[in-house]
Amino acid sequence: MTKADIVNYVFEKVGLPRNEAQNIVEIVFDSVKQTLIAGESIKISGFGTFNVRKKNSRIGRNPKTKEEVEITPRRVITFKASDQLKEVIEKI
Amino acid sequence: MTKSVLIEKVTEKVEGLTKKQVETIVNTIFDGMKDALARGEKIEIRGFGNFRIKQRNAKMARNPRTGEKVEVPAKKVLHFKLGKPFHDSLNAETVEK
Repeated sequence: MTKADIVNYVFEKVGLPRNEAQNIVEIVFDSVKQTLIAGESIKISGFGTFNVRKKNSRIGRNPKTKEEVEITPRRVITFKASDQLKEVIEKI
Repeated sequence: MTKSVLIEKVTEKVEGLTKKQVETIVNTIFDGMKDALARGEKIEIRGFGNFRIKQRNAKMARNPRTGEKVEVPAKKVLHFKLGKPFHDSLNAETVEK
C-alpha cells in the first residue's frame, strides 16, 4: 500500500473528491511528522504510538573496511503497534 | 498527542470540513492501513516511512528468574522504518542532549 492507495481508499470510503482526499492525506501525515519533529510523541488509538528518542554519539565500525567512525548524536522515531494491531498481525 | 488532538490540528489546516468529517477521514486512513497490514501487505508512505511485517523465528530463551529453558514460538512483528527525508528533517537542527 502506498500513499496513492490510501488516497484512493479515502476517496472510495468517504466519497471525498480525489484531489481533496489527496490534500487531506498529505496534511495528516505532515501533522504527525511536525508533532514528532517538535519532540512530542503521538498516539493513534487502535493503531499505535510514535515516539521520538534521542541517541547519543557512539563509535561505530564500517563492517567492510573495519574503519572506526563516530555516529553523530541523532533523533530517531520508534513505532510501537497497539495491542489491537499486534493481534491483527499475529493472525496473518 | 492523541488522535483527537491530531484531528483538531488537521481541521484547522483544511478549509470546508467539519471536525466530525475530519475524524471520519483520519479513522479511515488508519483503518485502511490496518486492513492492508492484516492482508500481509507492506505500507510505503513517501517522505514518512515504511511499515513492514517481519517474521521472527522460534527461539530458545531462559526465564531470567528461574533459569528454566522455554521455547519462544515464531511470530510476526510489525517494523517501522523511518524515511530518509523525515530522518533528515528530524535531525536538521543541532540536537541538544
